[in-house]
Amino acid sequence: MPTVKINGVEHEVEAGMTVLQACEQAGVEIPRFCYHERLSIAGNCRMCLVEVKPGPPKPQASCALPVQDGQEIVTDSDMVHKARKGVMEFLLINHPLDCPICDQGGECDLQDQAMAYGFSGSRFEENKRAVADKYMGPLIKTIMTRCIHCTRCVRFVAEVAGVEDIGLLNRGEAAEISSLEQAVDSELSANVIDLCPVGALTSKPYAFEARPWELKKTESIDVMDAVGSNIRVDARGNEVLRVLPRLNEDVNEEWISDKTRYACDGLVRQRLDRPYVRGADGKLHPADWSTALQTVADKLKATEASKIAAIAGDLVDAESVFALRALMQRLGVANIDCRQDGARIEAEPRAQYLFNSGIAGIERADAILIVGANLRWEAPLINARIRKRWLESGLKVGLIGPQVKSTYDVEYLGAGPETLQQVVDGAHGFAETLKQAERPLIIVGMGALARPDGAEALGAVRRLAEAVGAVGDDWNGFNVLHTAAGRVGAMELGFLPGEGGRSVPEILDGARAGEIEVVYLHGADEVDMSALEKAFVIYQGHHGDKGAHAADVILPGAAYTEKNATYLNTEGRVQLARRAVFPPGEAREDWAILRALSERAGATLPFDSLEALRRQMREQHPRLTRLDEAEPGEWGAFGADGAMDASRAFVSPVENFYMTDPISRCSQTMAACTQEILLARGEGQRAIEGGAAHG
Amino acid sequence: MASASWTPLKDADRIFTNLYGYDSWRLEAAKKRGDWQGTKDLIALGREKIVEIVKGSGLRGRGGAGFPTGMKWSFMPKDTGGRPSYLIVNADESEPGTCKDREIMRNDPHKLVEGCLLAGVGIGASAAYIYIRGEYRAEYRVMEAAIQEAYDAGLLGKNACGSGYDFDVIMHHGAGAYICGEETALLESLEGKKGQPRLKPPFPAMAGLWGCPSTVNNVESIAVTPTILRRGSDWFASFGREKNEGTKLFCVSGHVEKPCNIEEAMSIPLKELLERYCGGVRGGWDNLKAVIPGGSSVPLIPRSICDDVLMDFDALKEVKSGLGTAAVIVMDQSTDVVKAIARLAYFYKHESCGQCTPCREGTGWMWRVLTRMGRGEAEIEEIDMLLDVSKQVEGHTICALGDAAAWPIQGLIRHFRDEIEDRIKNRTRVAVTQVAAAE
Repeated sequence: MPTVKINGVEHEVEAGMTVLQACEQAGVEIPRFCYHERLSIAGNCRMCLVEVKPGPPKPQASCALPVQDGQEIVTDSDMVHKARKGVMEFLLINHPLDCPICDQGGECDLQDQAMAYGFSGSRFEENKRAVADKYMGPLIKTIMTRCIHCTRCVRFVAEVAGVEDIGLLNRGEAAEISSLEQAVDSELSANVIDLCPVGALTSKPYAFEARPWELKKTESIDVMDAVGSNIRVDARGNEVLRVLPRLNEDVNEEWISDKTRYACDGLVRQRLDRPYVRGADGKLHPADWSTALQTVADKLKATEASKIAAIAGDLVDAESVFALRALMQRLGVANIDCRQDGARIEAEPRAQYLFNSGIAGIERADAILIVGANLRWEAPLINARIRKRWLESGLKVGLIGPQVKSTYDVEYLGAGPETLQQVVDGAHGFAETLKQAERPLIIVGMGALARPDGAEALGAVRRLAEAVGAVGDDWNGFNVLHTAAGRVGAMELGFLPGEGGRSVPEILDGARAGEIEVVYLHGADEVDMSALEKAFVIYQGHHGDKGAHAADVILPGAAYTEKNATYLNTEGRVQLARRAVFPPGEAREDWAILRALSERAGATLPFDSLEALRRQMREQHPRLTRLDEAEPGEWGAFGADGAMDASRAFVSPVENFYMTDPISRCSQTMAACTQEILLARGEGQRAIEGGAAHG
Repeated sequence: MASASWTPLKDADRIFTNLYGYDSWRLEAAKKRGDWQGTKDLIALGREKIVEIVKGSGLRGRGGAGFPTGMKWSFMPKDTGGRPSYLIVNADESEPGTCKDREIMRNDPHKLVEGCLLAGVGIGASAAYIYIRGEYRAEYRVMEAAIQEAYDAGLLGKNACGSGYDFDVIMHHGAGAYICGEETALLESLEGKKGQPRLKPPFPAMAGLWGCPSTVNNVESIAVTPTILRRGSDWFASFGREKNEGTKLFCVSGHVEKPCNIEEAMSIPLKELLERYCGGVRGGWDNLKAVIPGGSSVPLIPRSICDDVLMDFDALKEVKSGLGTAAVIVMDQSTDVVKAIARLAYFYKHESCGQCTPCREGTGWMWRVLTRMGRGEAEIEEIDMLLDVSKQVEGHTICALGDAAAWPIQGLIRHFRDEIEDRIKNRTRVAVTQVAAAE
């Protein structure tokens, strides 16, 4: 390992490091604007200048300079200080000093570093440059006069997001960042707001909302997809104002999708903030908790257990699922299910419903087959990982399912079961590609599993995984991609039909036939509500979406930012969400609603606090004690052997990336994205039609 | 100084014998002038020998920086890991005042084409790309025709000159950006990207065009190579002072009676160059104010230095200027030297690529201040501020454009500070008088 001297002190550093990284490791801070550890090195801001010997007698950009054995690095000499002050002066001469009205104020790199390297006055007597603002879509607000041309945004969209939508136009003083007046066509576009070291790119929906120091910051978990991105929820008073990414190398690195970031304005719209009971006139009337709970309890007590059913939705947390399952067990109800889309997956062996390789495992894969999923829309961050791996290794990616615009080269194999069968039979060339790979990886999405022949598709993919050697002692490349944040948790807790119990399609059929009389919808909004017309429907949830419309009693619950809760992502990673704000009005945390209901229904649940509930949950399901860990599933036989329905192609469950759940459907920002990005691209018609069908 | 021992270059020692286009540029005529003679044998010298001869000749890069050409070639890796190597010829001649490569390409193109082949052998390249300036339309057509002639005659392509060596020469037209003359920006542009300089290291010899080992040389450096190989390194090294050997094309423009391009031996005294070949300074030597000796990027020198300075790399470096591209811009007493340098500052502001901070922001600042100074609308203190700003640009940028923008201004302040001060004082005095008159 090379030894370098930093400010006179010897340090051992790894070979191949840059001088900036070496200094950082040694605890010597180097100011920078353009350098970002996840982007390519641009070396253009010139803020990180240091003195290096041996070398030319002028300061060097440390971000781009590799360390060499015996190098002497000086970061605090007069030469370095003068150089950095000079660069800072250049950055500031054409930067508008409008910090008082700038949204970046308080979290601005330029502001911070000007404290250390800025002059107190200006020597610049000329007119400052003014740059026309640009349109970059409904999420990114631009004030381009503030731009310091670091090109982080350009590099991010080109490298990580995989679209070349932002660039630097013109040259010299006239250089401007632009997306050619079009919305940036990426699900990760808003990350450029975090990357921008100044206030040139700021958040459009959050513009002029708050100052960073006014916000209460809560570390939490996202539920907009099943990736479980680590987020920070910033709230003022009782309103969530913005969501930012948190670093987690295993999950989202330091990015989040635009939906994760911006659906939060849906949290204050269409909220169920008090209980409702349907009256004799057929309309929902506000009620107090006591009346609502008593109505439900009476109904549950008066109905035979075999005629009661419960369905858990997509955004449910593990605690409330545990409580609901316990309640249903006490009532003797076996008709419980969490697979509201009808996905044909079972609880055992666990490998059949997990992303076994782990998201970070993608970076070890050397061939990938995607079956029945649109990764860009179902899990943008997993898609970004594949792109990262693809850039690094050029690995082959095959796709069976909906043909979509990808951010890496994809070999399109076919649309549906027929092609899958060919690959399984080894009759397709891609089977050989997988076989040749040391670590083949297969991702199967709900587009293949959530259909009547899903079990057969699951079985086919399992056989393929075994045949190409994707499953071994140190590598399990069989991966299921979920789209629902609550699904894996509910699977883990066994929220599945008990002995003789009905699954979701059977519950719906039963309700149509009058065999099921009471249906308890726990945040379930995606089932066919027309089937429930005859049944007495209880809806527990937070948004006035489809479930609430169909309900006879509404029990207002808490959204993901309003409760301390456990979520398992598609890998089975156990993560804790924390309460950032309180539920609105009379809405309550979901476990507490179920606890109160159980008492009135004469089946009192044995816990009085969240802690007690968690203790019991973890006793029964010890895996949930291991926070932030994902335990790969044990392998075994699963899926079915029969033939798939070759007449139906695999279709992604996500029809509009920006609107997939009750929260995002209520978000004005997501509506604007649908309008300005999807519709403007001419891709929105299906999305709109899909939305109408939901509505 | 060796000025006393200097003798004019004999016609027999000139390399560019058709510099003025009196003869045809075609292959047939070029062959009569000695080009493409025994090229096969020169190729047979082999890689090491060619580099050795060029090293021994003392040839320093003719593009401005003056880096020893032979040494540059020796940096090319022998083991490339299966990658091809490339020779890139920098024909993006855009330095204000410089017009030597243009004459080579339109009047003596075969010197360059043959040079590409031989230099290509010297660095183990499989192809040469000639990146020609966007405005050089006519030269582009001549070069293309000359290359085609060479292909048709079997001098290029597979088994070039019957030597068994395969070599291609490809012309590439730039779009007219000064920055694309910077070697790494040129590579970016050649790859089809925006012409912005790359970070170094890695140097082009390690990872150049499309990541392959590449050497970027000026047109003149390549065009003199065949003659050096034919006549030997000692012959070439016999001209000029030690470490500044060889013959050189000088482009003289500005206030001389007869502006011209002339090939002369290095280390020719400046005064000799102007008086012998250019008819002297307009209005006589005493009418001389200043000279920019090496293209717009180098600091100007006042008449007092011009009297006995030699035209070579080291002599001009000693007087804090540089030989650059040897484009001599002569300014007589009628010149407003502040406005002249302000115009150059505008050029650099206009041509800055905008990639890195000091150059993007500094060039515009310097130009604006200098423009005001040209009108006297400045404070005396601003002269030092301007000098300070130019020092903040110099040496802090990715490429040398920052330096090139700073040096002319530093030269101006070094030699003509009085003139700037006088102008500011006069302007103030005029203003005061006007106010008094108005009252």
